[in-house]
Amino acid sequence: MSSNDRMIKPYGDSWGDGQVQLSFTLPIPAGPKALEAAKRFAAQMGLQGVQVTHMKDLYGFSHFILYGSSEYSIDLEQIAINEDADEAMSFDEVNSFIEAEIGRKIVVVGACTGTDAHTVGLDAIMNMKGYDGDYGLERYPMIEAHNLGSQVPNEILLQKARELKADAILVSQVVTQKNVHIQNLTELVEMAEAEGLRQSLIMVVGGPRIDRALATELGFDAGFGPGTTARHVSTFLARELVRKL
Amino acid sequence: MHNQLLRLDHEKVQRARQLAQAIALEVQEDILRHTTVSVERTVARFFGIDGTNQEGIPLANVVVDQVLQAGHLDRGIAFWLANAVVALDRTPQQIAEAAGKELRLCELPMQDPHAVSKVMEVYTEEALAAIRAQRQRREALQEKLGRGEEPLKYVIVASGNIFADVDQAKTAARQGADIIAVIRTTAQSLLDYVPYGTTTEGFGGTYATQANFRVMRKALDEVSEEVGRYIHLVNYCSGLCMPEIAAMGALERLDMMLNDAMYGILFRDINMERTFADQYFSRLINAYAGIVINTGEDNYLTTADAFEQAHTVLASNFINEQMGLVAGLQNWQLGLGHAFELDPKMKNGFLYELAIAQTIRQIFPEAPLKYMPPTKHMTGDIFMGHVQNAMFNLASVITGQSIHLLGMLTEAIHTPHLSDRSLSLENANYVMENARDLAKEISFKPDGLIQRRSEAIVDQVVDFLAEIEVKGLKTAISEGYFADIRRSKDGGKGGDGVILKASDYVNPVMDRMQRELGVSPSCERGETR
Repeated sequence: MSSNDRMIKPYGDSWGDGQVQLSFTLPIPAGPKALEAAKRFAAQMGLQGVQVTHMKDLYGFSHFILYGSSEYSIDLEQIAINEDADEAMSFDEVNSFIEAEIGRKIVVVGACTGTDAHTVGLDAIMNMKGYDGDYGLERYPMIEAHNLGSQVPNEILLQKARELKADAILVSQVVTQKNVHIQNLTELVEMAEAEGLRQSLIMVVGGPRIDRALATELGFDAGFGPGTTARHVSTFLARELVRKL
Repeated sequence: MHNQLLRLDHEKVQRARQLAQAIALEVQEDILRHTTVSVERTVARFFGIDGTNQEGIPLANVVVDQVLQAGHLDRGIAFWLANAVVALDRTPQQIAEAAGKELRLCELPMQDPHAVSKVMEVYTEEALAAIRAQRQRREALQEKLGRGEEPLKYVIVASGNIFADVDQAKTAARQGADIIAVIRTTAQSLLDYVPYGTTTEGFGGTYATQANFRVMRKALDEVSEEVGRYIHLVNYCSGLCMPEIAAMGALERLDMMLNDAMYGILFRDINMERTFADQYFSRLINAYAGIVINTGEDNYLTTADAFEQAHTVLASNFINEQMGLVAGLQNWQLGLGHAFELDPKMKNGFLYELAIAQTIRQIFPEAPLKYMPPTKHMTGDIFMGHVQNAMFNLASVITGQSIHLLGMLTEAIHTPHLSDRSLSLENANYVMENARDLAKEISFKPDGLIQRRSEAIVDQVVDFLAEIEVKGLKTAISEGYFADIRRSKDGGKGGDGVILKASDYVNPVMDRMQRELGVSPSCERGETR
């Protein structure tokens, strides 16, 4: 990789133009003052050549859409992520892999924990039907999947994991406000550690606000965000279990 | 009269309705044998009991729990309160305050039955008069200010802080919203009491409290005057406090309530008997208060496949209709729910959406149908999401939906930002005005895809309801007939709050409402078209 290729910034319609689009609301009515405030705000974010393409009054607030060119670049060499390890296997490949490498079914327990009542994400990964043409974990012959549903207290999830001799638990956190999910997820890891379950359990978290970095920081083995389907999760579980055995 | 874009087989529709009625009446027999702690707390609230004890426990809970623990709730809290009123010559509120300290209601001497009846009558009349006054006030305001044009645009606020909700709601109304729903804080449905006072902290929503209802009602009345049309207020009449919330909504003039006969069982794992008994009283109250209910069938399609399970939505609409009519609701109060949830990648998916939406429209011509936007297939790609919502808006205006919950482009990401709501309203205003009379200009081909899909769904519904009618609704739910979710008959939360009524049980509020609404407690057939 030449130094030209490894330093990147957003590509609008030509290399290195750094063009980004931005949409936000300011808590003052639309007008010359709001317009100037929006421009200065964008400038402070590191955008140059700011063009406000849309300003709309929202009765005491104002909505902006603007474009600008970012002055920042990212050095790809500084990003230590191994893309090969992320390549997900197919449904059949995962099942064959588990059969060959582990020789028994993997037991997985999933739940939306704490106060979260939204099972959409968990169901997309676990239900028979899956999501977007990708079968859910319940369909895998080599996975024994238990979906506990929504609003499951952390202690119940761990109790179930113990009863079922689970290899892995999947936690889904969809709707969250004021970062309550972080508190709840931290508590789960701490409880698992206190109960001596942490070492024997693969702990995975998913949700629209979750990514790998956050999951690792909170003490999980993996985190899956938007765009995840069952085979991403099953691939990780199978490989991770082999690694641990 | 709605556009008759589809040809319906009226005999099959009639058959489905009869089956649903039989299903509802079977459950009704069971409902009338039981009361629940929340039904009794509702009566206590109607008798004027408000506030909390020193530990913050609502006084309605204090009196009901005391009588429950004494083993005498099967006579009804109304009796014990009235008996105490006669014995001590104090108001129910004063008695509840004393019960929070040393007073034991069930240890007071029995008073003259006529005097006790008289007291029950007085407090019941006082409560019902307050509800009637709010109903008249709503009618007067709607008469004066008018309402928005259907589909009424329904938006949510969910800041967690009732005062921030007020600002957002007013902004939304000024931008064209007709209906404001204050989303409840996560997990309130599982609290077996209603929190007290105004609240400023919540997760994913704001606590439903009577004080919060009052704050938002006042704000919406102000903005209604300002924009020159009546802005409706909605909350959640569901969960373990279903009838109590109905009472609060009736007294504070909410206009709509999310109020489903089965939602709590399926999606909150609340005990069946508890839910059925609670929903019945809550619906009587909503009926009496002139409140429009919204049912929750859209939720089925978030867990089950929207194409394969479309008929379960319609079947549930039939059941919700019958359980509503039995509880005194009129057809104009039945906001039966459904949703635009087909996979956007599906070939001709829009045609199938039109088919089910138009079928439901024509089957329930007087019902203010509640149409829910795409959620399951919203991905976080907000640009695509905005297009999906535009398609939803188009389907809604073509098929003449009544209550239109606006899709947010940031669905599946966060509770709506101010600009999300604005873009969403703009989208709906544009599509609906642009295609306003499209339905008057078109008809669906008699042998076309849409007509055939409609016929297939109606056929499936009749078969599905016939199966449930044989099994009974409780068994059907326990076997996963709805939303691919199974719930056992005896399981679920709140089952310990269900009480078999004694032969001398009294609930003067329920009796009066049943009488005035013309629904016989002896469970005769509800009114159908």
